[in-house]
Amino acid sequence: MIIQALAFYLFAAITVASGFMVIASRNPVHSVLFLILAFFNAAGLFVLMGAEFLGMILVIVYVGAVAVLFLFVVMMLDINFVELRQGFLQYLPIGSLIGLILLVELVLVLGGWVITPVAKQVATTPIPALDQVTNTHALGAVLYTKYIYLFQGAGLILLVAMIGAIVLTLRSRPGVKRQSIAEQVNRPRDAAVAIRKVEPRKGI
Amino acid sequence: MALLDRGARAIFLWEVVKGLGLTFSYMFKKRATINYPYEKGPLGPRFRGEHALRRYANGEERCIACKLCEAICPAQAITIEAEPREDGSRRTTRYDIDMTKCIYCGFCQEACPVDAIVEGPNFEFATETREELFYSKEKLLANGERWEYEISRNIAADAPYR
Amino acid sequence: MTDAFWNTLWTGYVFPGGLILVHILMLTVPLLIAVAYLTLMERKVLAAMSLRMGPNVVGPFGLLQPFADAAKLIFKETIIPSGANKFLFIMAPCITFILALIAWAVIPVAEGWVIANINVGVLYLFAISSLGVYGIIIAGWSSNSRYAFLGALRSSAQMVSYEVSMGFVIITVLLCVGSLNLSAIVQAQKTVWFALPLFPMFIVFFISALAETNRHPFDLPEAEAELVAGYQVEYSSMAFALFFLGEYANMILMSGMTTILFLGGWLPPLDIAPFNWIPGIVWFCLKIFVLLFVFIWVRATVPRYRYDQLMRLGWKVFLPFSLFWVVATAGVLVAFDLLPKGV
Repeated sequence: MIIQALAFYLFAAITVASGFMVIASRNPVHSVLFLILAFFNAAGLFVLMGAEFLGMILVIVYVGAVAVLFLFVVMMLDINFVELRQGFLQYLPIGSLIGLILLVELVLVLGGWVITPVAKQVATTPIPALDQVTNTHALGAVLYTKYIYLFQGAGLILLVAMIGAIVLTLRSRPGVKRQSIAEQVNRPRDAAVAIRKVEPRKGI
Repeated sequence: MALLDRGARAIFLWEVVKGLGLTFSYMFKKRATINYPYEKGPLGPRFRGEHALRRYANGEERCIACKLCEAICPAQAITIEAEPREDGSRRTTRYDIDMTKCIYCGFCQEACPVDAIVEGPNFEFATETREELFYSKEKLLANGERWEYEISRNIAADAPYR
Repeated sequence: MTDAFWNTLWTGYVFPGGLILVHILMLTVPLLIAVAYLTLMERKVLAAMSLRMGPNVVGPFGLLQPFADAAKLIFKETIIPSGANKFLFIMAPCITFILALIAWAVIPVAEGWVIANINVGVLYLFAISSLGVYGIIIAGWSSNSRYAFLGALRSSAQMVSYEVSMGFVIITVLLCVGSLNLSAIVQAQKTVWFALPLFPMFIVFFISALAETNRHPFDLPEAEAELVAGYQVEYSSMAFALFFLGEYANMILMSGMTTILFLGGWLPPLDIAPFNWIPGIVWFCLKIFVLLFVFIWVRATVPRYRYDQLMRLGWKVFLPFSLFWVVATAGVLVAFDLLPKGV
């Protein structure tokens, strides 16, 4: 029990500290690396709670794919920090407004549990008990039955977003030579080479 | 039918499999390389390796300090100083070859009228320091004594073609 | 302090902790020796396939060559470029090496021989292998060199791309097993190894493993000819050695993953007399050995891919193909009522 508590405080402290460093560090690449550290420790917290599936998925999706793309973009961007900091005061009101809204929403979510006992009941009863079923099965059983429409809806939104991104960036440029590998591979020998008998001093 | 054939080849990665088969068959073939420090390949009589200064059979130095080799050396690796010896014959007092400059073209050997400077069959003279590659007259004469048998045999073998 | 306290300390923490430590050492030490000899095997096999001798001077048949190499690397000077980000520069090879080792925690090398028999073993492996990209990308960025950076960008794009199809391949296997536990996956192959019914997926997984470990023909991040050594170009001495070890340990890990997912882990090929006398660990090592041989064999055979061809293969060939197979496998399993029961 002591070790669990220690591990929790370790993970939690590192998560919060690296979360702070994400916004505090000057170098954007360091920010992303701290973000990754935060993700990682959040995954550790999930595992500590017994939500091993969520923890692993967090690592795979966020750390393994999303953050890599972040890192990619940030590394390749040529960011001018002086210019970036100039607009800081100008954007402060709207920034703090958004922050406030997020805070209120978070409080509402947590407060909802306190206000309505039903919501808390739903949120705290695992379906079914954790020791009978691995949480992968438990998640699947809920996700694909009770919340199937919401799940599919989320999937559709992502699909639309993906198609939108592709459509926005797709340019059809005329006159571009493209390689058709199938065509190249399928070209028969006769189409490429012809063996001729050349007579001396005649040429072809 | 041709489409089916091509499709089947593509799906079963036929070309890759064929290539893998080829490399695997080569695994058990006889090695093309030799086990170098223990086995060595043959060298031709004209092989141009480490330099040597030769002596006549009676022990007299061949080199007469004509400085033709020094003159022809394209890398200017040879330095010669000469003065008459006590018996009045003209000999070198200094005969240095900077082996780090030498390009092993063999011109010195070609230029020598008395077959004194030759490039022997030795090619394994790597050293630990750079200084060891600045050959002096003593070193070159010692080389000549060490490799005389091979050098004279090579010269004899090459003589008909000169 | 009372005796009870010391008792709980001993039985609750010290003894299990020590036991785990012993287990870890029992796995890691042979693994590192295997990594060392994998480098020798690679050089020997490549030499044999190109009609050369390979290392044969240090020790009998060159058997001590890996140790000579290690000694050379240890005694060299660690050079940190003046423009480099020191902390990240040192951290990158450590990440690569550590990730290659910690993944082994969930690999069952024989029945019950596993350090952490967790429920989400496959996901853990997949997560760890997807983290491998960080060692490379951090190395490339912190070196502050364009060759290293280009190599790192290529490598990370490549690894992220092939992870997608690899994920789908793993899903097909999971559909047939109904569990994320690696031991359960091996047990599910008692009757037939998944390499037979899922043969195309096996090939896709193996090729993706080649891409994931940056091996030939997908070794663009290193690409000696154009990028001099890609992300490793600024590294020397032990830092380079850690990269090297990590890379080869990753090769063994990927072979182990392929073995568990498709070749029946520690199970003998046929459950009959002469085969099942041999202990499971031997079968497991033997299968890994064969796969590693194929890794090297492919290197000796296939030339390097061009970058756009690599991306085409990943996104336009493997991804639709494996997606199709996920759907097809699920369809067959449902249609013939073969879905794994229970759990």
